[in-house]
Amino acid sequence: MQGKPQKKIKAAKKMRDLMTTYYLEAMSAGQNNKQIAWITSGGPVEPLVAMDIIPVYPENHGAMIGSSKMGEDLCIKAEDMGYSSDLCSYARADIACSVVKGGPIGGLPRPDMLICCNNICGTVLKWYEVQARFYKVPLFILDTPFCHTGYSPEAAVYVRSQIDEYIGFLEKVTKKKFDYDKMALAGKLSLEGQLLWQKVLNTTAHRPSPMSAFDAFFFLALIVTLRGTQIPVDFYRELIDEMEQRIRDGISIIPDEQYRLLWDNLPLWYQLKWLSSEFSEHNACLVADTYTSAWCGAIKYTDENNFLDSMAQAYTRIYLNIGVDQMADQVLEMIKFYNVDGFVMHSNRSCKPYSFGQMDIMKIVRERAEVPVLMIEADMVDPRNFSKSQVETRIDAFMEIVKQRNK
Amino acid sequence: MKEIRIFHEAIENTSNMARKIKAGQKKIIGHLCSYTPEELIYAAGFHPMRLFSSKSDIVLAEKHLQSYCCSPVRGVLEDSLSGRLDFLDGTVFPHTCDSIQRLSDIWRMNGKYEFFADVILPAKLNTRSAKTYMTDVLTGFKKELEKASGKKITDTSLHESIKKFNLIRENLSKIYELNSHNPGLIKGADLYAIVKGSMVMDKDEVAGLLPVIAANLEKIDPPSEKGKRIVISGSICDSPGFYETIEEAGGLIAGDDLCTGQRWFEGMIQEDGDPMTAIASRYFDRINCPAKHTSLTFRGENIVSLARKNNAKGVIFMLLKFCDPHAFDYPYLKEYLDKEKIKTMAVEIDEQQQSLGQLSTRIETFIHMI
Ligand code: SF4
Ligand code: SF4
Repeated sequence: MQGKPQKKIKAAKKMRDLMTTYYLEAMSAGQNNKQIAWITSGGPVEPLVAMDIIPVYPENHGAMIGSSKMGEDLCIKAEDMGYSSDLCSYARADIACSVVKGGPIGGLPRPDMLICCNNICGTVLKWYEVQARFYKVPLFILDTPFCHTGYSPEAAVYVRSQIDEYIGFLEKVTKKKFDYDKMALAGKLSLEGQLLWQKVLNTTAHRPSPMSAFDAFFFLALIVTLRGTQIPVDFYRELIDEMEQRIRDGISIIPDEQYRLLWDNLPLWYQLKWLSSEFSEHNACLVADTYTSAWCGAIKYTDENNFLDSMAQAYTRIYLNIGVDQMADQVLEMIKFYNVDGFVMHSNRSCKPYSFGQMDIMKIVRERAEVPVLMIEADMVDPRNFSKSQVETRIDAFMEIVKQRNK
Repeated sequence: MKEIRIFHEAIENTSNMARKIKAGQKKIIGHLCSYTPEELIYAAGFHPMRLFSSKSDIVLAEKHLQSYCCSPVRGVLEDSLSGRLDFLDGTVFPHTCDSIQRLSDIWRMNGKYEFFADVILPAKLNTRSAKTYMTDVLTGFKKELEKASGKKITDTSLHESIKKFNLIRENLSKIYELNSHNPGLIKGADLYAIVKGSMVMDKDEVAGLLPVIAANLEKIDPPSEKGKRIVISGSICDSPGFYETIEEAGGLIAGDDLCTGQRWFEGMIQEDGDPMTAIASRYFDRINCPAKHTSLTFRGENIVSLARKNNAKGVIFMLLKFCDPHAFDYPYLKEYLDKEKIKTMAVEIDEQQQSLGQLSTRIETFIHMI
């Protein structure tokens, strides 16, 4: 199935260039006497920025591996090393990549340290342990207690004290004093970047939508990797301008947007194009998703003038670190805000903390938002757990329901 | 031994046993993890009972948890939704793996029992701030229990509770040790029943029975050693058939590194001083579950020394399908054992599927080979 022609987003090229520059810099860190920290996607990067350490994100790398369809091979390599095929495919691909130096960019630059924040899952804890043994580098774990129903005062004290431990760790590894002024600046830029990212995502509330969740999956990389620097701030400003111009000019990402959908969970990196055209054939646009919005979900806990203190809470209360009922509330809010006609859930074999509880969320959405829900079974990077024909049939059937209801 | 039979009977019909406990006016708090502070629950006057899946067909849980969730989590949810756990007065979920974490949410949202608590333990157990946090969290849980029971948990009652659990641990360790000296002294299925029973039965009864069993075992003339010594490593091993398979294949179970074995009862709690700190300390000192972090090498070194101490010819990894923490550690533990030339094999188990047919052939081959 061939998708309908889309009016391209101009900023995409610049985004690609920025990411290339970033990776080139990371790759040549050694020559420039810079240190590299591998860090989890939800990890506190601002202190690294303040210390002039280059953050590298194995998860972003995992997404690249998925997009370039190299996931299956690397996952199989990990399985040959003894890792179960039921483990997160980001972790499997990355662990294998470290050994074989494969992947789209020939592997990530060697880390000088590892920073693991378990606010997204328990997988990263195990994954970073594996890598710490492999590279023989120090590992810092920021332990963010799970917030089933709230953020306890004990947790607040615990996480806050770990921020100081984190700083101490960085001072020890870099043998440099921590720069609190630079930290304050990184904090400001981080918050500004998140606010702008939120604004980018909000533009899709407009009908028809100037961009889709597929674009968000792409533009997300900056707020993840370069958060705390000027780069995403400048870039997202431009992107917002472009989106607002598109809105003024009546340009939509899907030529004839009639149905608006919300996506849940990580994308299928190896099938983005196909999936996007699959929906646009039905004149449906995935206008928003729960995944990319996770990088601006904690804004309300962040204090611009006291970033260091507030980051404890902000990093603990992110989307994946809260109870299923609170996640459902956020989904309901998004359904309203983006005015969607349907909800598509990716039941992702790789990501248990994201996927378990989805069925309860589905039920809540059906009852309270009264929109149809589709659940597709797949995996974000490993295509072996995905059946194109099956998913296609299910999407077609689902879209029939959406159309019927909107007659 | 008639004392061992009592354990077998208890685990064969846990709901019957639960009914008896309730008849004694005790409320039952269920849990799923070796990090449950059972001492606190007991001191509050409740009965802490570890929940095991009845392994019934998954029907109702199918509507809450996908097929790629581990069998104990799906199984216990099924038991709850279908009413098989109606004897429970409450449950507590210590934070461990991602699957239990979400089970707790689903359990709470579909709440069936009077009492519910999350005990959100730290994931790393090697820093001072984590220990302070752990102590604070335990203190919070203690308050929740007090609210539920309507009476204070005094230091005296806590000390008594700690003593009771220490006694249970001490005797289980003793039984394990005796068996390790003369593997085969006690059958694997008996060992299994004793440990599982200790997790579910009335604690006073357990504390009374275990010393008798230990003393009796001490008196028995050990059988001559016929077979190869095996150590089992994994999470939950709730299958007596698994032990029997190993024995029939010519193996002797000399020790284990299981959530439902040594990892649950190892390490004593200091009996003097502040009881809350003492309880927290035990979790920091004892060998960790792979969902928790202590050091990068602790579990590797531990499995090697466990195999050494027990003179094991081989280690069998019993991995539950879809269990992430254990699956992540397996290659590393195997590497440690490989380096020491200790043979290993891994079997993947799904509690739902009970047939051990194929498995027994593989285990036989392994035991012949070592
Ligand atoms: S995909 Fe899920 S399990 Fe994997 S690293 Fe991300 S949050 Fe963790
Ligand atoms: S078997 Fe593994 S995944 Fe399942 S509850 Fe236990 S630790 Fe968690």
